[in-house]
Amino acid sequence: MTMLDGNQAVGEISFVRRTPIAPLPPPLAMAGALGWVRANLLSSPSNIALTVVTALFLLWMIPEAVNFLFIDAVWSGSDRLACLPSAQQPEIGACWPFVWERLPYFIYGSYPIPQRWRVDAFFVLLAIGVGWMLWLNAPRRDLGVVYFFVVMPIASVILLTGLAAIGLPPVDTTLWGGVLVTITVASVGIVVSLPLGVLLALGRRSRMPTVKTLSVIFIEFVRGVPLITVLFMASVMLPLFVPDEWSPDKLLRALVGIALFASAYMAEVVRAGLQAIPKGQYEGAMSVGLGYWQMMRLIVLPQALKVTIPNIVNTYIGLFKDTTLVFIVGIFDLLKAIEVSRIDPKWAAPVTSTTGYAVAAIFYFVFCYAMSRYARSTEARLAQSEKR
Amino acid sequence: MEPTISAAPKPTPLNTAIAVEIVGMHKWYGDFHVLRDINLRIKGGERIVICGPSGSGKSTMIRCINRLEEHQRGRIIVDGVELANDLKKIDEVRRDVGMVFQHFNLFPHLTVLENCTLAPIWVRKMPKKEADAIAQHYLKRVKIPEQASKYPGQLSGGQQQRVAIARALCMSPKIMLFDEPTSALDPEMVKEVLDTMVGLAEDGMTMLVVSHEMGFARQVANRVVFMDEGQIIEANAPDEFFSHPQHERTKLFLSQILR
Repeated sequence: MTMLDGNQAVGEISFVRRTPIAPLPPPLAMAGALGWVRANLLSSPSNIALTVVTALFLLWMIPEAVNFLFIDAVWSGSDRLACLPSAQQPEIGACWPFVWERLPYFIYGSYPIPQRWRVDAFFVLLAIGVGWMLWLNAPRRDLGVVYFFVVMPIASVILLTGLAAIGLPPVDTTLWGGVLVTITVASVGIVVSLPLGVLLALGRRSRMPTVKTLSVIFIEFVRGVPLITVLFMASVMLPLFVPDEWSPDKLLRALVGIALFASAYMAEVVRAGLQAIPKGQYEGAMSVGLGYWQMMRLIVLPQALKVTIPNIVNTYIGLFKDTTLVFIVGIFDLLKAIEVSRIDPKWAAPVTSTTGYAVAAIFYFVFCYAMSRYARSTEARLAQSEKR
Repeated sequence: MEPTISAAPKPTPLNTAIAVEIVGMHKWYGDFHVLRDINLRIKGGERIVICGPSGSGKSTMIRCINRLEEHQRGRIIVDGVELANDLKKIDEVRRDVGMVFQHFNLFPHLTVLENCTLAPIWVRKMPKKEADAIAQHYLKRVKIPEQASKYPGQLSGGQQQRVAIARALCMSPKIMLFDEPTSALDPEMVKEVLDTMVGLAEDGMTMLVVSHEMGFARQVANRVVFMDEGQIIEANAPDEFFSHPQHERTKLFLSQILR
């Protein structure tokens, strides 16, 4: 029997490698920008077709948008005349002076002008809280939690509704509007729905029949009803059942309605995550002596929430946009503020409505896209444990 | 300053001489009678290996000892504490009984070190520093101290199982349960896990091991228990058990696995 060298072909006879092969760099076609383009954009006929269609779509959309928002846009003026097409400028883009003049209304609604600093202060408080929670290396995040869930909400309520005792004149919530209302409704919904949704999801999977039944009834009932119905219930039906002096504020009722509605959806999202956790995790946690709540908090929920981050953020984004529905029960959110402003005769021009809606689109997109991006970075961070 | 731990820690002593006592225990899954009249008494420091064909109820039996499964009739007394519906007592038993699973059941979102310190910190209320030191000690003992900051998914099966053993040891258990600890491992990793278990046995740990590793049984077991159809068929010292099996069923089983 003859032994072959490592460099020769492996025959039918025995083979022993004598020279180990050192790792080589990958072929050129796999690396660099050209390699990326080939692998990702032009890998197959259907991929090439998609690339071409996408490129054409972008070529058509981007110049249109840039033209409207910047090149043809009107930048100064005091009323509708500035934004009408004329002989010198037959094509009119966005009417920015309209936005500029109505901007305070978009942000504060009818909140009394001398008191508007209170709204600004609320925005600052909220921004500090959100930053503290989302910035992972922030100092004293434990204090941040207390601030975000206790200090900030109380301070915000006092600041916005007023407290005569400390010299803040009361401001009725019917005067609130615009971004203030949108942000208030969205943040209450977002902050309340996750913990409540987690509790409902745990309740639904509980072995205790009462807890389980109550959770199922709540979730299925709320999910089976459109949000508009919940809002109508809160604003129109509730006062019929509850005496006037007991009936809470209209905005508060809408807030509770939206928070409960979002919780029911969140509960189902979280439940999907809980179901993805193998039984062995529960057994591992129980075998080292963890109690139910410790097991849930330390072992099950961190893993369950991690797999559901895309769905949770999806629900949040949906909720953020659903806040626009509060205008149906007569609450002035940003979209309603724009609606009211765009029919203002002072600014009546063909481009006024489009400009207003463009502002709304940009506002909602910026917030929703930010949520989406933050979620992606969180996913990437949590995927660490799966890296090899 | 690191808390000092003696080089060869003795297992935490039991309160009573009998580690586990199972008396007339039955269990059903719905209509299916999985465990039938189980009687077993395990003294402190004893090592029991339980074997039997699949579906014979051996895993279910040891899972009853820390109440991962509920029994319906009979009594289970673990170091003087009877398992009943009292949640406090169940937690008490689980604190003192370590368990190692076939599929490791490590927590994938925590590092190896965090897997080991989690229960000491949250259940035993140990300061983090002390828990870290103890975890490092046991990781050294199972011979993987250098993996402490990795995640379980980055380790081989044998390493994961050794982490699982270290995790259980960090609670200073009085009794260790092993539920087929080597069945999910590649052959070349079985030995490293068995060696760790032999080391534990040498320290005098009370151990119940569900396993088909007959070499291990011969080497460390005080008694081998053979189960079939939810019943204990035969229990004997390993020498007797392997050389003179009494029951026909035992003979058949041994002839199939010892070839």
